[in-house]
Amino acid sequence: MARDLAVPAPVLTEIRAGRVVPPSGFTASLTLFTAAAMAFLAVVALAFALAAGRVAAGWEAALSDSATIRIAAPEGQVAAQTDAVQAILATTPGIASFRLLADDEVARLLEPWLGPDLPVDALPVPKLVEIVTVPGEFDAGGLRQRLAGEAPGAVLDDHTRWRAPMVAAAQRLRLLAWVALGLIALATAAMVTLAARAALAANGQVIRVLRLVGARDAWIARAFVRRFTLRALAGALAGTALGALALLLVPGAGGDGETAGSAFAAGLALRGGDWALAAAIPLAAALAAFAATRAAALRSLREIT
Amino acid sequence: MIELRDVTYGYGGGDLLCGVDLRLAPASFHFLTGPSGTGKTTLMKLCYAELRPLSGRVTIFGSDVRTMSRDAVAGARGRIGIVHQDCQFLDHLPVAENVALPLAVAGRPVDAGELAELLAWVGLSAQARALPPQLSGGERQRAALARAVITSPDVILADEPTGNVDWDMSLRLLRLLVELNRMGKAVLVATHDLNLIRAAKTQVAARVLRIADRRVQQAGADL
Repeated sequence: MARDLAVPAPVLTEIRAGRVVPPSGFTASLTLFTAAAMAFLAVVALAFALAAGRVAAGWEAALSDSATIRIAAPEGQVAAQTDAVQAILATTPGIASFRLLADDEVARLLEPWLGPDLPVDALPVPKLVEIVTVPGEFDAGGLRQRLAGEAPGAVLDDHTRWRAPMVAAAQRLRLLAWVALGLIALATAAMVTLAARAALAANGQVIRVLRLVGARDAWIARAFVRRFTLRALAGALAGTALGALALLLVPGAGGDGETAGSAFAAGLALRGGDWALAAAIPLAAALAAFAATRAAALRSLREIT
Repeated sequence: MIELRDVTYGYGGGDLLCGVDLRLAPASFHFLTGPSGTGKTTLMKLCYAELRPLSGRVTIFGSDVRTMSRDAVAGARGRIGIVHQDCQFLDHLPVAENVALPLAVAGRPVDAGELAELLAWVGLSAQARALPPQLSGGERQRAALARAVITSPDVILADEPTGNVDWDMSLRLLRLLVELNRMGKAVLVATHDLNLIRAAKTQVAARVLRIADRRVQQAGADL
């Protein structure tokens, strides 16, 4: 042993920092299960957020460029006011097209409430004019003023009254889904923090030995961080895959959404760029685990003398 | 390298050590003796900042331990080889990896040849792949000593490094410490083994210190 033991010779073997942490049972299982469960929930919450967003956008788009004029004038003035309304619409800016609904079309609209044998001719059923507007150019207030002056029996309904609450509800659902995603991320970080602190507490001897040989806190923390980040990533990958599979198995998912009920189910299916967002969930879980474990480890190491 | 000046330390209100002065200079070799419970291990722990003095001053490589950050203490320990009395290891890693651990912590490469040579020197070649719980008390002490010297540290603090090994192996381990001392390393060995001290004095100019009456004193000529 006459020569110095500083071993300047070439690298032949190496101890990775991650190996200094012994394999542990329950914290490993806990982290894997938590990450998988949270990733599953995150995929579902993401699908709800995206579906709610699509529904809100669909309603907004479908109804924002249409309006209806109802003409309920006294008998003898209906024809004159209908003509006046059409004349006004023909000269109003922001009107892409308009169409006077025929009596049988009006009857079909009333059929769900009044039955199939509705005598339209015998009842004072108002005339209806369907309008398609040019988005951004239509002035509902100005049209109402002209109608009030020239066709007092005509009432403009631009759907704002009932469209706004529906769109607001859909947007609120989307917001709730995003909040749920945020809570899932925080819960994941909290669970990983608990598991990491438990692992640190259970490995007091490891920490003492590492400190004895000169390991800095950052070096020790890195060993734990690596372990928990990889576990969280593995669990989240499994949970994300299961979540995506579960969405594919929802009846109506991926369909054309012809009915109101199936529209939401169809919207739940991930498509296009949605897959990139879903793929980001395991990465986000790993990132949350990394940050949570690092913070927990450094804090615990400061507490362990 | 390591200096204690008028250091006091105690547990539970009473003083175990009082007014201790000690200086471990480069290439110095010290033995520390004294009955059990007189504070040899405590003094060792003060030397590598596991304990902070109640009063007085401990400086390690020029830094006062009271002002050293956690990273600074870790850095200083990287320059000190410590043989702890209870020889703690990472029980899930083989002996060879435990011995090489200080190199990994320091970010230095591990040379398998050098590692094998060191293990052979302390008589642990056959146990290189064994796990620490499979080692006997003496084997654990030898592994701890190998771990303490693998980085060729500036200071070696060994607490009863030969307590459980036979006389031949004790002399072999002593020779390792003497060789390192000749390279300029400061060595402090706490031991009850007076024969070991006598053997060492034939090879190296070692000072023998004794803890008595809570103070560190120069041992008498009986050694």
